[in-house]
Parts: sequence; structure tokens; C-alpha cells
Amino acid sequence: MGNESALLEMRNIHKSFPGVRALQGVDFTLRAGEVHALMGENGAGKSTLIKVLTGVSGYVKDEGTISLEGKAASIRSPQDAQKVGISTVYQEITLCPNLSVAENMYIGRTQSVYQNWKKMNADTEKILRSLEIPATATQQLESCSIAVQQMIAIARAVDMDCKVLILDEPTSSLDEQEVAKLFKLMRDLKKRGVGIIFVTHFLDQVYEICDRITVMRDGKLVGEYEIKDLPRVKLVSAMLGKELDDMADIQSEQKAYERKKDMVPVFEAEGLVSDAGIKPFNFHIDKGEVNGFTGLLGSGRSESVRAIFGADRVLGGKVKKDGKEIKISKPIDAMRNGIAYLPEDRKIDGIVGDLSVRDNLILAQQVLKGFFKPFSKAEANKFADEYIKLLSIKTASADTPIKSLSGGNQQKVILARWLLTHPDYLILDEPTRGIDVGTKVDIQKLVLKLASEGMSVTFISSEMDEMLRTCSRLIVMRDRKVVGELSGDELNQTTIMNTIAGGDR
Amino acid sequence: MGTKELMKPKNGNNFTKLFRNQIFIPLAALLLLALFNLIADPSFFKITLGYNNMGNPVLSGFLVTILDSGSEVAILAIGMTLVTAATGGQDISVGAAVAIAGSVLLRVLCGHDTRPETLQVPIIVGFLVCCVVAMLFGVFNGVLVAYFKIQPMVATLILYTAGRSIAAWINNNELPIVNEPSFGYFGGFIPGIPIPTPFFIAIICMIVIGLVLKFTNLRLYTQAVGINENSSRLNGLNPQIIKVLSFVILGLCVAVVGLIKTSRVSSINYSVIAKDIEMDAILAVALGGNALGGGKFNMTASIIGAYVIQFLTQTLFKFNVKSTALPAYKAVVVIVLVVISAPVVREWFSATMKKLKTKEAA
Repeated sequence: MGNESALLEMRNIHKSFPGVRALQGVDFTLRAGEVHALMGENGAGKSTLIKVLTGVSGYVKDEGTISLEGKAASIRSPQDAQKVGISTVYQEITLCPNLSVAENMYIGRTQSVYQNWKKMNADTEKILRSLEIPATATQQLESCSIAVQQMIAIARAVDMDCKVLILDEPTSSLDEQEVAKLFKLMRDLKKRGVGIIFVTHFLDQVYEICDRITVMRDGKLVGEYEIKDLPRVKLVSAMLGKELDDMADIQSEQKAYERKKDMVPVFEAEGLVSDAGIKPFNFHIDKGEVNGFTGLLGSGRSESVRAIFGADRVLGGKVKKDGKEIKISKPIDAMRNGIAYLPEDRKIDGIVGDLSVRDNLILAQQVLKGFFKPFSKAEANKFADEYIKLLSIKTASADTPIKSLSGGNQQKVILARWLLTHPDYLILDEPTRGIDVGTKVDIQKLVLKLASEGMSVTFISSEMDEMLRTCSRLIVMRDRKVVGELSGDELNQTTIMNTIAGGDR
Repeated sequence: MGTKELMKPKNGNNFTKLFRNQIFIPLAALLLLALFNLIADPSFFKITLGYNNMGNPVLSGFLVTILDSGSEVAILAIGMTLVTAATGGQDISVGAAVAIAGSVLLRVLCGHDTRPETLQVPIIVGFLVCCVVAMLFGVFNGVLVAYFKIQPMVATLILYTAGRSIAAWINNNELPIVNEPSFGYFGGFIPGIPIPTPFFIAIICMIVIGLVLKFTNLRLYTQAVGINENSSRLNGLNPQIIKVLSFVILGLCVAVVGLIKTSRVSSINYSVIAKDIEMDAILAVALGGNALGGGKFNMTASIIGAYVIQFLTQTLFKFNVKSTALPAYKAVVVIVLVVISAPVVREWFSATMKKLKTKEAA
């Protein structure tokens, strides 16, 4: 290995933005028929490198060379990139949801004014079948699951004879079976000689599918490694730039949670049901407890906590706070009762993109305080500075629009927003999705610290070991129904898997 | 992962800083227009003190006219800025709503008699009724937009089409005339004060909105709803109410302009009153560099924008552009101004400035 001809070579790439040197002399080599992981914390420069490679506007490199199959390539727009055979599938689907699958496959690709619809549909059908994608050509894209949409985006790229396929966090919203399907597709493409650049935060997946890893940190190249030469611990320390035993620390910090008999739960729900299609469920959480909802994607984890917070329309059920019956029909009701909710989708439900970090941070508390009682500038600044320091949020200033922060730092701001309301009960729905390892550890530690101070926390994560590390009780869901509750000795991967899968143990 | 960290330059030179400021464009446009007039014909700036037919001292001249009529647009721009920010759309029924407000005002003041010797109720009562009606029409527009999720322009198209007929119907299609001289003060001059009253009314409106923005969360809530409705709801806001509120505030602005407009002639002409004023108000918002797609807003910039538009109109009048040809000339200037104030162009400009600067340094 190691001597195959390079398919794509990027040498000494530099790119600066006002105030930030995003890339400083980065090299990257991709060989034909390999899956190459591009790893690094948020802000390491992965996305910038990819945007430079794919000619996203505003991301023209300041310095350096890019060559494809030995020839220098000038890439100044996404169209250029496509022409030379570089395709990208982003984390967020960039297709048109209201068009059909076939239309999405061919949009922007036909030169002639006329469109042979029959042929287009037939061709699409053929591609879908050859890649075993469970969709039909005439189906509206919106009606496919996210995973299928992602596969269609890949199919589109493959059909355009791409030599380099970039997958930017493709798995972050997929469940395990869907990931398996995606990996099968990736292996097929490998055999065809496509070079795949795989950007992800999931370490397991890297070790499952990748041949090589390139690690970046702070806009610089750390190194390129064969997968077998780089054990996990080394990878993590390469990404963070320090030896990391924080992971081990967390395990020891957790104390077994024991329920006292006559304790009144902080929050209790009976037969709670919302219009998001979940079955009525019972739930309770005690003071200082960390519990979690687990299950496959689409099992109803998020819908359950959304029902608790009143984010979806509540159709029935009784809820009690500290033993007293309350009514929650919209988020403000929950907030007034000391419940806070960090939503699953940071971009759509969390951040208010154009507003400053400060405004984003004070928003929830400001709403609680009321329309006629705005914080003074000094107060708002004090809160912002305090929480920026407390959670070590990396931002140029409190005035920076939140949308220009990296994902992990955006998430910290949202977390700070809710901590500022001093809730009794904090719901975190996938707080660690798509953020870097360092921040993940920070958030897990914070959850345990808050719980030890008496806050109740419900924690949802797609990563099993994260749940095991933080939660003392797991509520297992399957097909939009609560199917089990695990605690104590039952909290291990095997038992959880079995409960999620159901049927015979 | 979106890991771009585009940070604003912390200490760009002062010019870049000024240029990034939203009020730079409308201010620069104002200065440019003034400069142009100064060179072309300084008599534009001549202000004369004379006496009107009531024997009161009044100032006249192009600048006074700008303050006078620009104030109407400025008042409407306040409400339009909020509607734009909260809903990401514009209210095109403003002119028609002014007609309704004015008609209601005259109806209440005159009663059944179209030319009463004395007013049926004090002017303040008439004005309050007119405010309530205008706000109700604001609620109507707001509910269509917020609860029925109709595009603001389409939703307000209803009132735009029907408004002037409703205004005429309120007074049985008659034209009431107010004989009370004090009614004329609002759109004209208060005896002894030679500056047109609409300017003072606009100042009051600006102070009020300034205080409201300072002492309530109107700005934060409106911007949050305009930028991300989902997230606002999950933070405990009620986006629908905020949107309706913006239309209600615009309704209040409409009532004030209705008073000024009817006061000017002590009567009303249903088909002409406040015609096309909505376009000027929307332009003022755009000229102020506010995103017409909603979100962040700058009230000061909108208000300056309103006066810039009036400045432009008067400049064209000065150069004897026929009133029929006026819109075409205006359009050309507006295109230039709006393009310059577009965020894309501003980003590009400051990037170029920076490049030039680094080249100089090298």
C-alpha cells in the first residue's frame, strides 16, 4: 500500500478569512479506490478544506495547488468541481424536496431545452436498482427518509462519473441499519475506483470503513496515517493535540444513582401523548437524576421529550411537577415550570442565526422575564461574558453572529441559554451530535456536574457509550413506544441492544 | 459540519467600520443628493419666511417640503420596518388603509352632516376611533399572515384592492369637509410656529418608538421571530402574536398619517389620498439597508431612508421633471441605491478595500 498513484493531490493550501487563518499549508492526498477519513475537531479546518476543493464561492484558496490524476486543476466554482469529477454530499441535504427523485437526479445536468421524461425516469429507476436504493423515480423526494435522500444524492454524484466523492457527515442523522446500507454503497463505489473523502465525528465508523486517516488541527495538517497504524486513543490525542484520559475520568465520576422510596419526582407524566405520533407513555425523573431515552432513530425519543416540553401539540395525559399537577400546552408553560429543552436540530430549532451570541444566550431568560422587562446592556453583557467563560465558548466577541461560530460552540451557546434560566429539569436532545470530541466530553462532564448539584437531566444521544457514561436509568423506545426501562446492572450494551431489538433475548 | 469561523475584523480602519454601519448608505445618499443640488443650483436650499392666508408665519422652500412630506413616509416606515422584520414580507395595503383611517376620522368628526358648522366630537376622540379602526385592520392583515400563513404581500393585497372602496362607503361616497380651523394644524402649521406640524408629529413618533425599543423586548422578539420562527417558539415566544403586533403597530402609524393627510385638505379624496405611499415606505426600509426577507433591522436607517426618498423626489421636481415621468427617474436612482446597500455589495466593497490596503502596506 501507499504507492498507488494519487488520484487527488492538494499541496500547501492556504486560506485566510478576516481575523482567522483557516488553513495553513495543508497537504492532502487521496488515492483511487480508497475511503479516506478527514478528521479534526470543530474549527480544525475540515469544512474549509472541502469548500476550497469544491469551489464554494468565497472559498478560493489564497495559495497552493490542487491536481487531479496528475494534472493541475483550477476549481473556481462548484460547476468546475463537478466537471473534473469532484462531487459532494453534505450533511444537510441540498436537493430539492418538492421535486421527484428523478428530477433531483438530473436537475441542472441536461443541456438541451427539451427533457425526455420517460427516459429520465427509466434511467433513474435503473440507477436506483443497481445501487439498491429503496425509492422510485417518480416519488417526491420529500417522502423519502433522510437516509434515502442522502443515498439519492450519492447516486446523483455517481451517475455524473465522479472520481472523487466527498461525504460530509453523511451518517449524523442515520440509524444503524441505514449506516450499514450506506457503507455497502461506499464499498461498491470503492470497487469502481472512486476515491471517497469521509468526514465524520463517529470513531466507530471510521474504523469500520476507512483505509486512511488525515488528521487536522487548528487549520494545520497533523498527519496522514494508515488506519492500522493509528489506534483510537492515538487518533483522539492527535485531534486534540494532547493525551486524553478525560474519557476514563468520566466513568469514575459517575455515582450509581439510588432512588429513595418516598421521594417525590421532580417531573412526572402519565399517559402523555402528542400529535407527533407517539403512543402514550409514563415517565418520571427525580431530583439530581440523569436518565435517558434510547432507541433507534425514529423510535420516538425526540418526540417523547418534545411532548414533555410542549414543543409538539399535547393531546392528552397528566403531568406533575414536584407532585403538583400542571398543564403544559406550549413551550412557555414548561419554561415557567423550570423545564428547559435543548432541541435535536441545532440549526432549525436552536440558534437564531443572525443574532449575536449575546442575544442568543439571553433569549430564553428574556422571554421568561417578559416583554416589558428587557435586560440592560450591562446585565446582558455580564451574562454573556460569564457563560462564554464558564463553558469556554470560542467566539471573537459576544457581538459575533452565532451562525459564524463552529457547531460545537453554537451548541454551547444554546446550552448556556438554558443554564441561564436555572432550570430544575434540563432536557438535552442529542446535544453532542456533529460536534467535536473535546466538546462532547465537556458536555458530558457538565451534565454530571449539574446533576450532582441537584438538577435533573434527561439526556438523549445516538451514541450508546455516551448514554452509558452519563445516565443511571435508560428508557428504551421502539416503534414510537416505550418498551423497557433499564437501570443498575442492566446498563450494558448487550442488554440495551436486546431491548431495542425486542423479541427473543 | 459548518466550521467556518468568519469573524468580523476587530479593528478595520475607521472607514471600513463606518461603511459596515447600516446607516452609512442612506446618510451617504442624503449627502450626495445635497452636494449635487449645491453644485447644480444652490437655490434649492433657499428657505423663505412668509405668511399664509391665515396670517401665520410659515417657512417655505424645498427643504421644508422635504421635512413636511417626508415625515409621512418616515412614520409609515417605522411600522413597515417592524412588519418586514417579523414577517419577512411587506404590507402593500398601507395607502388604502390611510384612506380608511382618514375616512373614519372625518365620519366621526362630521357625523351625518357632511359639512357641519361645528365638530360632533373633539378631534382627539375622532383620532382615537380612527386609531382603533386602523389597528383592527392591522389585526386583519396580521391574522391572515400569522395564522393562515399567507404571504404578506398577497394577504395585504386584499385590503389594497378593497380599501379605497371601503373608505368611500364609510362616508356614503360623500366628501365631508371640516370647517374647524384647528383641524388644519396637523397637516399644516400651528399658528406662530413656522415649521410644518407633520415634522413634529414624526419626531414624536420616533421618540415613542425609540422608547418602546429601549424599554421593551420588541426588538429582540421581532428579530428572533423574523430570523427563526421555530427556535423562537421553543424559547417560549408566540411568533403569531409578534407578527400580528407588528401589523398593529403599523396600523397605528397609518392612523397618524391618516390624520395628517385629511388635515392637509380638511377633506378627503378617496382615490388619490396616500396613493402609492406604501411603495415609498417599503423603499425607505430597503434604502435603510434592512433585509426585506426579515430578521435584523435598523429603525434609524429606515427613517433616514424615508427622508432620502423625499429629498430625491423634490430634487427631481426642482429640475422640472414632469410628475408623470417622475417614477421612472426615481426608479433609476433607487436601483443604484438599493444595489449599493445590498449586503453582498457591501461585503465585496469592504473586501476590496482591505485588499487595496494590504497591497499598499506590502
